[in-house]
Amino acid sequence: MAILVIAEHDNATLKGATLNTITAAAKIGGDVEVLVAGSGCGAAAEAAAKVAGVSKVLVADNAAYEYQLAENMGELVAELGKGYSHILAAATTTGKDFLPRAAALLDVNMISEVIGVEGEDTFVRPIYAGNAIATVKSSDSIKVMTVRGTAFDAAAAEGGSAATESVDIAKDAGVSAFASEELAKSDRPELTAASVVISGGRGMGNGDNFEMLYKVADKIGAAVGASRAAVDAGFVPNDMQVGQTGKIVAPDLYVAVGISGAIQHLAGMKDSKVIVAINKDEEAPIFQVADYGLVADLFDAVPELESAL
Amino acid sequence: MKVLVAVKRVIDYNVKVRVKADNSDVDLTNVKMAMNPFCEIAVEEAVRLKEKGVASEIVVVSIGPKVAQEQIRTALALGADRGILIETEEKLEPLTVAKLLKGVVEKEQPQIVLMGKQTIDSDNNQTGQMLGALTGMPQGTFASEVAVDGDKVNVTREIDGGLRTVALNLPAIVTTDLRLNEPRYASLPNIMKAKRKPLDTTTPADLGVEVKSTLSLVKVTPPAERSAGIKVDSVATLVDKLKNDAKVL
Repeated sequence: MAILVIAEHDNATLKGATLNTITAAAKIGGDVEVLVAGSGCGAAAEAAAKVAGVSKVLVADNAAYEYQLAENMGELVAELGKGYSHILAAATTTGKDFLPRAAALLDVNMISEVIGVEGEDTFVRPIYAGNAIATVKSSDSIKVMTVRGTAFDAAAAEGGSAATESVDIAKDAGVSAFASEELAKSDRPELTAASVVISGGRGMGNGDNFEMLYKVADKIGAAVGASRAAVDAGFVPNDMQVGQTGKIVAPDLYVAVGISGAIQHLAGMKDSKVIVAINKDEEAPIFQVADYGLVADLFDAVPELESAL
Repeated sequence: MKVLVAVKRVIDYNVKVRVKADNSDVDLTNVKMAMNPFCEIAVEEAVRLKEKGVASEIVVVSIGPKVAQEQIRTALALGADRGILIETEEKLEPLTVAKLLKGVVEKEQPQIVLMGKQTIDSDNNQTGQMLGALTGMPQGTFASEVAVDGDKVNVTREIDGGLRTVALNLPAIVTTDLRLNEPRYASLPNIMKAKRKPLDTTTPADLGVEVKSTLSLVKVTPPAERSAGIKVDSVATLVDKLKNDAKVL
């Protein structure tokens, strides 16, 4: 039984989510092989070969995979995946984009956002915005799934010495092309990987007031997130959104500032180890999940917090 | 061009679900149902394409029990031209849904298929991509902007680090993200008019799709409860608790 993990990378570096996915694969049991598909992706492949627990790295280096377009990736993964019992990818926007396509080409169902492995065919995943946890058993010949990174520890990035093998499968569906990209620049840690996250909601009032959160974040090395209300109001860009439809985080410490705590927001952060809520409305639902709640005006509390740190 | 929109009847997003006492599933008896929020955004985008003169006809399709007609009628009231209900009482997995939709796509030959990026009940985020695989159409998932340009459509996608635009050959599939648009409300006259718009009913068997399941639900449990927290009275106490009790700072 061999398991294929599709690496998340930007051709130069291996993304952290891949390491969590490798841990999930190891829990299923069997040889874990990693596919690095990209263009000029030698450095990412080398990094993958060093990850503890990886037995082989397959490298598909072709211009068709440069931007990991779903149409081309889907066909590659479907063809290569035929020889495996399980195919895993991180539940990132990239994994969610191409993996269902590969599953349909293989004529198998897919299991999204796996948070637990109960056996080689039984997996745990949240449904209804995390308000229910489903255990599902698959009878498909190949089990295809995306893995929620925050539910598994990262595999050690060093210590492995897997052989790399090049894969000569060029799949260019020729129906889609990369046009342009606009990436948000940030010196702060990545939201999904940060050990501390401080998020602002509608209560922040405007985008300029997020500066207060950035100051606190910079003092403690935290990432800054936001609720949908803050994103929709245009305070901050949408890649900062935490929730059912945004990013799922599970840091050691999550500080919710001016966030009421709608079901959809809680779905993205309620697995955090410690939750702190700062809100002036003592009836806000966020206080029901907060370990420490402070009923106060955030415009007084946040600057005070910054100077206390 | 013709636009096909797929909509799903799901639990209303404001309802907090309860897990059944025997852990067999969630309890949906007497729960308020509605159109999946992402599907509303798909309908809205289709209507806007029509208002811009890009789309000439909007066909809305739903799969589910007879009552799913309500959601099709809602879409018709919002501006869709006609509806198709694929009637089945069974709970379907995304692969089967994609196969059924493929049957409709082959019959209707739309240039754009619009659907939500995920439904808020099963949270799968798979059907659009699977339909893409089965039909060979390109996909623009998690769309926050859709611009038709001749025989191509440029889709701006919300990705983890920001935004990415892809150019897709038509026909193409677009799955909607929250920020694509703000859905309108149906007016009373339009709700009345929608009652007279055509709505055809078909079945999986008519479309030649065998409904089978390879995933079985072993159990459904409520998420782990968090232990009750405490309220602190000052920032100083908060920082002290975080440093000394929780040890997270």
